[in-house]
Amino acid sequence: MYSQGLIGADGSTEETQEFLDAFQKRIDAEEKIEPNDPMPEGYRRTLVRQIGQHAHSEIVGMLPEGNWITRAPSLRRKAALLAKVQDEGGHGLYLYSAAETLGVSREQMTEELLSGKAKYSSIFNYPTLSWADMGTIGWLVDGAAIMNQIPLCRCSFGPYARAMIRVCKEESFHQRQGYEIVMYLARGTKEQRDMAQDSLNRWWWPSLMMFGPHDADSAHSEQSMEWKIKRFSNDALRQKFIDATVPQAEFLGLTLPDPDLKWNDEKGGYDHGPIDWDEFWRVVKGDGVMNRDRVKARKKAWDDGAWVREAALAHAVKREARMQAAE
Amino acid sequence: MANETPLWEVFIRPRNGLSHKHVGSLHAADEVLALNAARDVYTRRSEGTSIWVVRSSQIVASDPDQAEENFEPTGDKIYRHPTFYDIPEEVGHM
Repeated sequence: MYSQGLIGADGSTEETQEFLDAFQKRIDAEEKIEPNDPMPEGYRRTLVRQIGQHAHSEIVGMLPEGNWITRAPSLRRKAALLAKVQDEGGHGLYLYSAAETLGVSREQMTEELLSGKAKYSSIFNYPTLSWADMGTIGWLVDGAAIMNQIPLCRCSFGPYARAMIRVCKEESFHQRQGYEIVMYLARGTKEQRDMAQDSLNRWWWPSLMMFGPHDADSAHSEQSMEWKIKRFSNDALRQKFIDATVPQAEFLGLTLPDPDLKWNDEKGGYDHGPIDWDEFWRVVKGDGVMNRDRVKARKKAWDDGAWVREAALAHAVKREARMQAAE
Repeated sequence: MANETPLWEVFIRPRNGLSHKHVGSLHAADEVLALNAARDVYTRRSEGTSIWVVRSSQIVASDPDQAEENFEPTGDKIYRHPTFYDIPEEVGHM
């Protein structure tokens, strides 16, 4: 699962031109940057922000699906969903670790998520109303995530790229299990087909928003591209996703909820209708259906787990003292 | 949020005959919890047959500022490589 195009990155930086040029030369030569290498402050800040948002998205992304684990319609579906949600927890951890190499602590990042200072992908602020949503999320949301994440495996920052390679390897089952769920519903009774279509209607546009604002409105994209944190523009990735998804929907006999969607021979891709960016920004800024609920759930998990963390640390200190006394 | 939970580096042996390889890191209060977490996080798809965890603070690393003086000198010591030596083809594989 994934974070959307980076929200609010600030790549401004104050190093000497000579330093910046030398750094850019390494980037242009496709050298990977490792945590202890000299790097512009703006590069470091952009990555902390992006990897942090990405990690938070994985962790918050466990909630909409966790909602359906106990109600999965069969043991097969339940085992797969459980494994997928567990994977997302793992992905969050790989990403937090990558961000930590840049000098930000896990506690600090957690604090920023809980206080609302740090963002996560706005897709998770939509509610999961039916079982079909488990299928649609896997198919569309993880599908969009994969489009976004594959180029990140070549990101110039070594620890992020390595984390993404692990994530991508594990992610492909997520999309396939999702598509399989939707396929079974699409081949089922009328109620099941309607449920699949309703789910697709609700998730299609938010999935397209996952790629972030249009290139022209994406303030800091250019610097990220230059530093090879990002390899493709928001619009290019979105186009790729649409072109891949339309035939998949056709195969299922479902309709994508966009009357303007049609093949454009000239560009060799699909044209689509306008995206509601007001909705996007409303959700990013905290007014989606589930924003408050998601942060509340994370806060509860953190608070309820406090005694476990404290007990584990106290136990570790006691054991160490005992071991030292024995020496 | 004081009391930060210590950081551990995780190494996994993919299968016997190969060495343990660094795969990532995690936070845990002690070595028992670190091993448990490493198993859950880094071996969900038969990635390994053995796990090492090492406290990150225990790792001693070379100074990146000295990378040049540490590693550059080997660059011009090409006589350390077999291809530096001229052996006639008739001699065969050596």
